[in-house]
Amino acid sequence: MTAQEVRLCGLLLREHFGEVVEKVGTHLLKCGAQNLRTIIHETGLSVDLVKKSLCVLVQHGASTFSSGRKGPGSPTEYHASCDRILRILRYPRYIYTAKTLYGDTGELIIEELLQRGHTTMSSTVKTVADRLTQNMAEGLTMDYSEVSSTFSKLVETHFLQRCPPLPRVGNKDSSAPSETPATPGTPAAPVNTAPPTPESFPECYKVPSVTLIGRGKRQLASEDGEEQRSAKRAKMDPQTHGDEGIYWQVNFERFHLHFRDQTIISAVANKLDQTSSEIVRTMLRMSEVTTSPMATCTKPLSANEIFRSLPPSYNILRPILDQYLTLLVDDPMEFVGKAGESGGGMFVVNLHRALANLARATLESVVQERFGSRSARIFRLLLRKRHLEQKQVEDFAMIPAKEAKDMLYTLLSQNLVQLQEIPKTPDYAPSRTFYLYTVNQLPTARMLLQSCYKTVANLVERRLFETKESKRLLEKSQRIEAILASLQVSGAEPEQLTEVEEMITAPEKQQLDTLRLHINKLDSAENQVDETIFLLESYINSTNASS
Amino acid sequence: MAGKGRGVGAFTFNIDALGIGRGNMPEARVGPSPLFPNTDFKPVPLKAGEDEDYMLALKQEMRGTMQRLPHNIKPQSNKAEVERYTERYLKQSQIDDNEWTPDWNLFPKELMPRRKRPRAKTGTKKSAKISRKDAENILTKLDELANKDDPEKSDEETEKKPGNKDEEEEIEEEEYEEEDIEEENDYIESYFDNGEDFAADSDDNMDAEATY
Repeated sequence: MTAQEVRLCGLLLREHFGEVVEKVGTHLLKCGAQNLRTIIHETGLSVDLVKKSLCVLVQHGASTFSSGRKGPGSPTEYHASCDRILRILRYPRYIYTAKTLYGDTGELIIEELLQRGHTTMSSTVKTVADRLTQNMAEGLTMDYSEVSSTFSKLVETHFLQRCPPLPRVGNKDSSAPSETPATPGTPAAPVNTAPPTPESFPECYKVPSVTLIGRGKRQLASEDGEEQRSAKRAKMDPQTHGDEGIYWQVNFERFHLHFRDQTIISAVANKLDQTSSEIVRTMLRMSEVTTSPMATCTKPLSANEIFRSLPPSYNILRPILDQYLTLLVDDPMEFVGKAGESGGGMFVVNLHRALANLARATLESVVQERFGSRSARIFRLLLRKRHLEQKQVEDFAMIPAKEAKDMLYTLLSQNLVQLQEIPKTPDYAPSRTFYLYTVNQLPTARMLLQSCYKTVANLVERRLFETKESKRLLEKSQRIEAILASLQVSGAEPEQLTEVEEMITAPEKQQLDTLRLHINKLDSAENQVDETIFLLESYINSTNASS
Repeated sequence: MAGKGRGVGAFTFNIDALGIGRGNMPEARVGPSPLFPNTDFKPVPLKAGEDEDYMLALKQEMRGTMQRLPHNIKPQSNKAEVERYTERYLKQSQIDDNEWTPDWNLFPKELMPRRKRPRAKTGTKKSAKISRKDAENILTKLDELANKDDPEKSDEETEKKPGNKDEEEEIEEEEYEEEDIEEENDYIESYFDNGEDFAADSDDNMDAEATY
């Protein structure tokens, strides 16, 4: 939990959940696991507010609670997780991926689940059907069964998973009433050192049999009628659908695997050509279910299998496929490796090595964009040759000595290049020591990741600053839009509309446009820095897993 | 320090090993690095395409929606009457569900909001006691001043009076508590007679009371 991460988490919590939750969340992040009384005392907020914020944090999975350190009798402790809060940056990417895979229905399901934290299947299906009905043409409504089938598909491909039931905290005597029907046979473990992952429960991906028959309801335009009807609907709504207590949440890890596969495929397409990327896509699709998330490489696939599973639009001949596979194996990026000769050649996709190479490419491009192509050449040289002396750097990079020294010194001061001392004598005398320049990929990647977090935090702060500067103007424009909308609904003449529109003067309109442009740019930049963050995080996690 | 006498710029080791000569050393720093240093290389422009635009729209929508959900907890802000008027124009659709209750099966019980009854009771008791005590003090003082001629009589009287007053006040306090704290409204329970007592009593006392 570095300072940059905590700062970014605080800003994300503030934007999405309000300042109260931000205060509680950052306090938990900085101070580790704490119980309720300590949090109330140290943040100085009222008891109600702290309780509500903790409820919100637990609902969204940003915080977990467990029995205290001193044993089953001590008060429950709350623990905030930084990674989970940082995922908020990636929500638009998850929703967009669901849209590309499962259409509008999938997109809305994922959006609902991300906004609410965890919900039951029935409530999600109802809300999504209502929203889809809103956008459909007059007279059409969305059937619940369609939405349910999309939901089931999402669960089958593991994009959604059940929330783990509450581990028994404290007294073992209270049994069945507090347990959800999701895990009938799991043994109770009152004091767990590690929180159980959702996957450790056998029914994690089982869709419950839910009786949901109906169609989406369309909300009518009139406001008064709407309020009355929604009040009535709320009273009539508590019907049980047979899945009470079974809550679903988004499975981020599965999405990350999907993003990783997408990145590899697009990298192959950029480096080689479209056909090779299709081959790699086929290989990854075939090994989706057989590969574990932490695997170094996929299971070996024979060339015959790949040939049979290629999409029908790509009818390439068998020898051509073999040539493509040989090209892929020989490529220095090492995406595909050969694991044997049986079946026409056994091929694997090297996942961890691909991630490492992609991270390396990111580092190189960062150096290139910040310091120029010649510094990038020195950086790449040091990455490949590991340790080089000053003189050797000048010779290999073919850069004049003075400039090479200057560039090396700049890179050293930015901590992208490190100096390694190799003594000839045990007293480390400077005249008798070799000084070698080197680059360590993993620590440099970590450092770059931290500066990415800092970048996003700066972008968010700048956006908040710009919004605050022009707050008066934004409020005025919102008010005028609201007046315009209400006038249009009640059927006003065009002169009235133009009169209202003219309440915003031309320079103000220009100011609003520039403000809108700036905010869009900052938001878009946040999304794109998050792509780099994802790549570096995946690389660092893959090295953690294998070591 | 070996080189201190010879010259300030001398190094303890052979500088050539590092590859930099005495002449091309960078300038000594005169202060902290600038907050916004000049960049020789401008950053690459952002990617712009359909995907990025869609994700941008998604992000802004999600931010707006999440700020309207009940999960977004706002600190207590005292809004003047003027603000309410403008808000009527801003809020066209009311918030879905103002109150959101989580499923208490999955949450620790201590996070449940507690009812206000016990706290209010202790609060008014204390304040009631304090205010009564003040009134009591003032009354006793006045009595003492009035009865300065008969010190013995006044002592007895004052002793009795505080005793009586305490009992009365305690009785009054209990009544006050019950009447005020049962519900958060101004109606005292005993005023309302819903007829149940009437029916129950009449059944019990039918035989006892003589009918004329």
